[in-house]
Amino acid sequence: MNDRLKTLSKGIIDVSPLMIPVVPFGIIYGVIGMELGLSAYMTFGMSIIVFGGASQIVLLQLFSGGASSLVTITSVGAVNSRHLLYGAVFSEYLSHLKLTWKIILSYVLIDQAFAVSNSYFKENRNDNYKHYHLLGAGFTCWTIWQISTILGIVLGSVVPDELGLSFTISLTFLALLINDFRKFKNVIVMLVSGIVATIGYNTVPFQAYIIVAAISALLVATLLTLINLKKK
Amino acid sequence: MHWSTIIYCGIVTYLTRFSMIFLLKKDILNEKTKKVLSFVPSAIFPAIIFPPIFLDSTGSIDIESNPKILASVFAIIIGYFTRSIIGTIFAGLISYWFLIFVYYQ
Repeated sequence: MNDRLKTLSKGIIDVSPLMIPVVPFGIIYGVIGMELGLSAYMTFGMSIIVFGGASQIVLLQLFSGGASSLVTITSVGAVNSRHLLYGAVFSEYLSHLKLTWKIILSYVLIDQAFAVSNSYFKENRNDNYKHYHLLGAGFTCWTIWQISTILGIVLGSVVPDELGLSFTISLTFLALLINDFRKFKNVIVMLVSGIVATIGYNTVPFQAYIIVAAISALLVATLLTLINLKKK
Repeated sequence: MHWSTIIYCGIVTYLTRFSMIFLLKKDILNEKTKKVLSFVPSAIFPAIIFPPIFLDSTGSIDIESNPKILASVFAIIIGYFTRSIIGTIFAGLISYWFLIFVYYQ
C-alpha cells in the first residue's frame, strides 16, 4: 500500500470510534428537521451546505423560534467561531499545501476530524502526506453525517412526538462538554452562558440570546484567563 | 426558512474553517487568544442547552416537577464519571423517559 493510502486509511480508522455518537446526533437532526416542518430537501441540503451538527441544530432552533435571517446567520457564526482555533492550529501543518487542498480540507474540518488529525499531525510532523489523514477522517465524518441525516428524515415521519427527542439536542451538547466539567473556570463560563441565555430568551430582542450569552460568557472567560496569567 | 439563509450559514461556517488555514502562514495566534478560543464551546453550548431545559412551552421558567432538569443532572453525573459522550446522552434520555412515562404517570 502506498504512503498516501496508508495515511488516508489511518485517518478513517482513527476517527471511526468518534462516529458512534454522530449517528444518533444525525438521526435526531433529521427527525427534528422534519418535525419542525422543513422539507426533506432542505433538511438534507443543510447537511451538505453547512455540514456542522451544532450549527444545523442552532439553525433549526432559531428557525422554530422565528428568528430573523441576520440573527440566525450571526448565531451560526458565533457557534462556529471555535473553528478559527482549529484552523489556526492546523495552519502550521497545512500552510505548504496548494490552495485546492486548503479549500477541500476546510470543508471537512469539524470537531471530530480536528481531534484525531491534530494528534496525528503532532506525532508525524515529517510525514509528507499527513494531510491525507485529515482527508480520510473528514470525509468519513461527512459520509456518516449524510447517511444519518437521511435516516433521520426517513424516521421523522414515524417517530412519535411524545418521546421528547428534541431533549436529546440539549443532551448532545451537554455530552460534548463532559471533559470541561472538571475545569472550574469552564464551569463558571458555562453557568454564565446558560443563565444569560435563559433570562435573555424572553428579554433579548430578535432571538439574539445565543449571541448575547456567548459574548457575556467569553468576556468572563477572557477575564479569567487574564487573572490566571497575572498569577503566573 | 429560506434556502438563502442556509446558504449564507454555509458560507459563514466554511469561512470560519477556511480563513485561518488560508491566512496564517505559521501559527501566529498568541497563547492568550488561543486560551480564550478554547473556552468557546463552554461559552456557547450552554446557551443552546439551558433555555429548552428550564423554560416551558410558554417561555416561563419551570423549575418544579421538570423532568428535563433531573434527567440532565443525572446525565452530567454519568458523564463526569464515565467521560463517555454516548453514555451521557443515553443516561439522560433513559432517565428522562423513566421520569415522564413511569414516575410522573
